[in-house]
Amino acid sequence: MVTMTIAKAINEGLRASLTNNPKSLLMGEDIGHLGGVYRVTDGLIKEFGDERVLDTPLAESGIVGTAIGLALRGYLPVCEIQFDGFVYPAFNQITTQLAKIHARSLGKLTVPVVIRIPYGGGIGSIEHHSESPEALFAHTAGLRIISPSNAHDAYWMIQKAIECQDPVIFFEPKRRYWLKGEVDVENAGLSEDPFKAHVVREGTDATIVAYGPLVPVALAAANAATEDGRSIEVIDLRSISPLDFDTVEASVKKTGRLIIAHEAPTFGGIGGEIAARISERAFLHLEAPVIRVGGFHMPYPVAKVEEDYLPDIDKILEALDRSLAY
Amino acid sequence: MGSTQLPPGTEDTLAATSAAAAAPGEPVEMVQLLGPDGKLGSDPVFSDYAKRIDPEKLRVFYTDMARIRRFDQEATALQRQGELALWVPLTGQEAAQIGSGHASQPQDYIFPTYREHGVALVRNVDLAELLKQFRGVSNGGWDPRENNFHLYTLVLAAQTLHAVGYAMGIQRDQKLAAATDSTDPKAAVIAYFGDGASSEGDVHESMVFAASYDAPVVFFCQNNHWAISVPTEVQTKVPLANRAKGYGFPGIRVDGNDVIAVHAVTEWALEHAREGRGPVLIEAYTYRVGAHTTADDPTKYRESAEEAAWREKDPLDRLESYLRAEGLADEAFFDQVKADGDELAKYVRSTTHGLEVPDIRDAFASVYAEQHPLIAEELAWFEEYSAGFESDEETAH
Ligand SMILES: Cc1ncc(C[n+]2csc(CCOP(=O)(O)OP(=O)(O)O)c2C)c(N)n1
Repeated sequence: MVTMTIAKAINEGLRASLTNNPKSLLMGEDIGHLGGVYRVTDGLIKEFGDERVLDTPLAESGIVGTAIGLALRGYLPVCEIQFDGFVYPAFNQITTQLAKIHARSLGKLTVPVVIRIPYGGGIGSIEHHSESPEALFAHTAGLRIISPSNAHDAYWMIQKAIECQDPVIFFEPKRRYWLKGEVDVENAGLSEDPFKAHVVREGTDATIVAYGPLVPVALAAANAATEDGRSIEVIDLRSISPLDFDTVEASVKKTGRLIIAHEAPTFGGIGGEIAARISERAFLHLEAPVIRVGGFHMPYPVAKVEEDYLPDIDKILEALDRSLAY
Repeated sequence: MGSTQLPPGTEDTLAATSAAAAAPGEPVEMVQLLGPDGKLGSDPVFSDYAKRIDPEKLRVFYTDMARIRRFDQEATALQRQGELALWVPLTGQEAAQIGSGHASQPQDYIFPTYREHGVALVRNVDLAELLKQFRGVSNGGWDPRENNFHLYTLVLAAQTLHAVGYAMGIQRDQKLAAATDSTDPKAAVIAYFGDGASSEGDVHESMVFAASYDAPVVFFCQNNHWAISVPTEVQTKVPLANRAKGYGFPGIRVDGNDVIAVHAVTEWALEHAREGRGPVLIEAYTYRVGAHTTADDPTKYRESAEEAAWREKDPLDRLESYLRAEGLADEAFFDQVKADGDELAKYVRSTTHGLEVPDIRDAFASVYAEQHPLIAEELAWFEEYSAGFESDEETAH
């Protein structure tokens, strides 16, 4: 076991993949000599050279589009999009090309591209630097979308994403980059399958589902609820597509109550999908309506008021109260 | 940045042809060898490349152009009869496609857009498979790796970036091959796109990437003068070939109706790319004689006189004149070509009806390369749902 930050864990995971897979390569804006704006790729260009770690031209569609071509030629490109709000110029390549090439070729071609995106708010940043666009991608068949919430998962999930034959969007919770945790570099454990949810805290009265940056918030809310004598189960979804409904369903069948928390706007978000599925699968086990805690239907607000926008412990506790009142 | 180092003796020509020395807005000279009159002219650089084309090869060019034109007529007829949902005719662009396609070697990889039926023919794609997409039984239709001919891409210009990335991959492979003394032939990539597509951001980004990494890619723009109803002048203020200068690599305008010049220029460009000298932009100056697609009505936006003027420059007629005048082909040859064309048309007609409608289960199977629980769940639901109908039928009997 070693202790490291999430940023360092991703860095180490990338290093391991670059070492293990000679066909893997990193590409993105400022990821070489600078090591990325969050230094996630720090030092990798020194170790692997500029053929494996490419400082690309400043062009997001170009990064993803050329990564597709490299993947068609047998390479394993890992693209970094500098910030969530700047993925849109590449949206076309991701949704109309990357997601569909395997299907269009009836399985003859694979495009194992990984797209890393630092996402989410809570760091007091300016416009376009705090968004959570995961639902936009989750709606597109052909993509896999995962987001780690701790260092151990981050270390393993990035490596599994690179090994995966499907395109993977790897959302990095940027406000947790400096969160430290233990990483077992010998043993992936539950992280062996990055597309499965983890029950990170067991409980019997209600279930909170979260992923990425909100997992620590959900855990803190669950801890706070114990003071009122409540036993709350917390699930770290880890994968948004595929979504591990089995784990959520099993938990709801145990607790009878479900709260889903994410930073993205509630409307049209992943929470709605989970709520709908659970009502289909476990309707008679529900003691209360499924409640979502998410962002408002507005552009991500200015940093000075983002605390009002973001789901936090109190908002989750309020949702829990509502649920438990039924 | 991409070096524009040229083979010996090409600097002058390229200065003239690519406007490497001209201001961007200035007219660009066009490489032409076989004129509309069917007479062979000369060019200080490209005549050497044209000399590599022996009479047998010229006859193949003619045969392929005639075959693909005949195929085009057949596919148009099939669409009119409701056998195809849409057809995208290529008539007028045969020389641009057959000439460039024949300049490629099997190890080169081709990224077409959606009108490159002539290139597909040259790359040995079964034309019946090519019709699958237009008949609505596939979103592709052939195995791209079999002939190094990628699937058609309907989102304009998206494939230009894939082409550059693929070329970057070739570049890496070549380095590895050099390190291991491999004797694999060097390869390059051709990216096809239209004058309309040249306005898309992806074309710009692909040229930036190609230049920055000296990628072995040939951008082959068929300027057929119209993007559906919008003329080239709305897409660009400067001759398209001149744009290459801004990216730092050679741009050449070639008479796209002159199969000999197209072949010569493309061969030069591919050699340039394969030898590690970086990308080239070729603008094949041609004309889409028919409609954009079978859903289009060109009389709404262009003069028939323009069409007629371009018919005078027909790529097949001029090669036929040349072959006849030089005694390189006789009447029997042309009769045979016609018979071949009819044979191909018959094949296409009969195979189109037989193109199998896929089972939607196949679509479930190829959304992801690896297991995906949602796909499994939805497929299981579909099976159960379908089975319900079957048992209904049983009880009805
Ligand atoms: C991104 C995108 N926008 C619009 C279209 C619709 N569309 C299909 S073909 C076409 C014109 C293309 O013209 P050009 O690039 O000159 O190629 P041509 O069809 O003339 O060969 C348009 C607008 C499309 N396929 N993709």
